[in-house]
Amino acid sequence: MKPDTIRAWSVVHTWSSLISTLFLLMLCLTGLPLVFSHELNHWLLDEPWQPARPGEVLSLDAVMTTALARHPGDVPAFLSFDEDRPVVNVTSRAPDAPAGQYNFQPIDRTSGEAAPLVAGHPLVEFLLQLHTDMFLGLPGMLFLGLMGLMLVAATVSGIVLYAPFMRRLPYGTLRLNRTARTRWLDWHNLAGATTAAWVLVVGLTGVVNTLATPILAVWKDTALADLARTYGAPAPVGQRASLDAAVERARAALPGRTLQFVAFPGTEYTTDHHYAVFFHGDTPLTRHLTTPALIDVRTGQLAAVAEPPWYVTTLGLSQPLHFGDYGGMGLKLVWATLDLITIVILGSGLYLWIARRRRGRA
Amino acid sequence: MKTHRQSLIEVFARPLVLFVVGLTGLVGALLADGLWDGLGAALVGTAVVAIVWARIRASKA
Repeated sequence: MKPDTIRAWSVVHTWSSLISTLFLLMLCLTGLPLVFSHELNHWLLDEPWQPARPGEVLSLDAVMTTALARHPGDVPAFLSFDEDRPVVNVTSRAPDAPAGQYNFQPIDRTSGEAAPLVAGHPLVEFLLQLHTDMFLGLPGMLFLGLMGLMLVAATVSGIVLYAPFMRRLPYGTLRLNRTARTRWLDWHNLAGATTAAWVLVVGLTGVVNTLATPILAVWKDTALADLARTYGAPAPVGQRASLDAAVERARAALPGRTLQFVAFPGTEYTTDHHYAVFFHGDTPLTRHLTTPALIDVRTGQLAAVAEPPWYVTTLGLSQPLHFGDYGGMGLKLVWATLDLITIVILGSGLYLWIARRRRGRA
Repeated sequence: MKTHRQSLIEVFARPLVLFVVGLTGLVGALLADGLWDGLGAALVGTAVVAIVWARIRASKA
């Protein structure tokens, strides 16, 4: 490589890192406990619980009636299903509530009684919110996506610069008895060159995840706009078709899949005129891919099956690849260790920049 | 510790192997269950093993 080329890559490496290091450190520090968010929620919230009437199953319509009676005036927003207990989670909102403000109720499907919460402990939610958008909503999310792109630029330029730095040093060199600057340079090069695959995958999938809101908005606009066009005013809650019948109709359209959640008319995952009944697949790959069947809320008839386009599939697969929650506890522990190593890469990089500036001034 | 001037292939040989092994583990654990859960963690974890190996070798040298 020519000296000018090396200098140019060095500028890219320095500046993409400097701009993003503080935010990437925050993401690593909050991401570390979030790798174990499922375990943390269980540990922080778990209390011994048994369904009140094992074997019995209330209809979804009955569950909705019970849930809405506890928040009079609310309109239903979402319905989701716990995987390991007979619990249905009802999300509703008051029509005049500010955007994003919901009432969330886990309900025992055998009795209609309230079930204890096993997700969303305030501490875990705080870390997740900080990690996702720093409490700044969509602008915060997109900003962190930009920081993720900086991480990708820093990683790629780091790989390019590895060559001139390591021409005379074998892989794995750690000169432990040299100056701090040399020691940390060796650690930085070793850790960076060794973890590049994981850093790039987690970085790129993180960037894709920050685009979730626009991706889902585009899907809704393109796939659902035609469906909504032929309708007049939305059907009020009292004049809607049975939810159980809608779910059964949707299941018939998408057989052999697992019911994941239902979005009610007027929410961001459907139109004003359809139940969107979401299913996911049962193979390891399709488990992360959801497909909705849209059911006309007045007639209960199937309106469409909205197979997700490639960009929604990409978003679906980016979630497990970013969270590391798809390969058991072993993979989570590796994820956490690589997160810690990334903190070392960021810290040593910052140290090397400061050390070089000091030396330059001296 | 200093060696001869290495070719690009020599410089990148081991990082490239680690990259491919890590990527195989990341994708493999997503495509299949069972055996691949453990195997995926092991393949992604080779990066950690490589760093520990380098540290042990450095203190022996």
